[in-house]
Amino acid sequence: MVKVNGQALDNAAGISLSDFLKREGYDLSRIAVEYNDDIIAKFMYATKIIEDGDALEIVGFVGGG
Amino acid sequence: MLIKINGKEVETGCKSLFQVREKLYPTADNLVVILNGFQTSDDLPISGGDEVTLIEKGKLPDKDVLEAMMSARHTPHVYEKVKKAHVAVAGLGGLGSNISIALARTGVGHLHLVDFDVVEPSNLNRQQYCIRHLGMAKTEALKAQLEEINPYITISIDTVRVTEENVSRLFVNDEIVCEAFDKPDAKAVLVNGLLENCPQKKIVSGSGMAGFESSNTIGTKRRMKNLYVCGDGETGAMVGRGLMAPRVLICAGHQANMILRLILGIEDV
Repeated sequence: MVKVNGQALDNAAGISLSDFLKREGYDLSRIAVEYNDDIIAKFMYATKIIEDGDALEIVGFVGGG
Repeated sequence: MLIKINGKEVETGCKSLFQVREKLYPTADNLVVILNGFQTSDDLPISGGDEVTLIEKGKLPDKDVLEAMMSARHTPHVYEKVKKAHVAVAGLGGLGSNISIALARTGVGHLHLVDFDVVEPSNLNRQQYCIRHLGMAKTEALKAQLEEINPYITISIDTVRVTEENVSRLFVNDEIVCEAFDKPDAKAVLVNGLLENCPQKKIVSGSGMAGFESSNTIGTKRRMKNLYVCGDGETGAMVGRGLMAPRVLICAGHQANMILRLILGIEDV
């Protein structure tokens, strides 16, 4: 199980963070991701492989201000 | 006993507000009386440590008492804390201009205003600028207004675009950074850059305040240890859905109040 924004997912482990984010429909230029309680730099998205037990917090931004 | 009257410590034998008023302003008939942040016309009892402010309407007080009078409606002891705070506001549009004004009125001592753009007509439906500001840099236009509202704070400006390259250098002196950009990728650049490079800074961001959906869907969430996000999280500006003052101001209020709470040492939303 991988926790994403507080929700348990059973189909996230074993793929890269960038593949997971794209699959879930996130625009990578409009998000910030906390990975196991630490911010993860964008250049790490492609190489970070999600493991069972990990926790992700994904904050997406919409336009307007 | 020792009390504060108009910001100055005074030894007094007076036991109530009417006694203070009778002693200091026996003839004034147009007096605002504030006790510990609360405006009242009652003869409330006073005790040691109280802060009493007496303002004659229509009279410009001496400069040294003006600052005390300006903060008289604050909750006691807030002013001393906000005066020392360093807050940056990145993006001076509908969110940032209104947040900056709220923080200046609250007496936040050091404001750092960052925006690359100039004021243009489509800004006026929600941003705190006037016709006379059209064509001016937003940093300059807002600074001039803030100085009129509160001359007792320091304001620094940077008329630049925030990029991945300059983000950690730009905000080096700011404890709290308010993200108030319009474009979602600009929001992400600022938030990622600060969280990655400046892990001690707190960020208060805005996301989702377009249209005229319910006011009550706008809230404040602590999404990461140092990242607070205000807004409804989903209602972005798009073709057919604009940005208008009421909802933008609600979000700006959320952001300004979260910043005030952080300055006062409160990390809960």
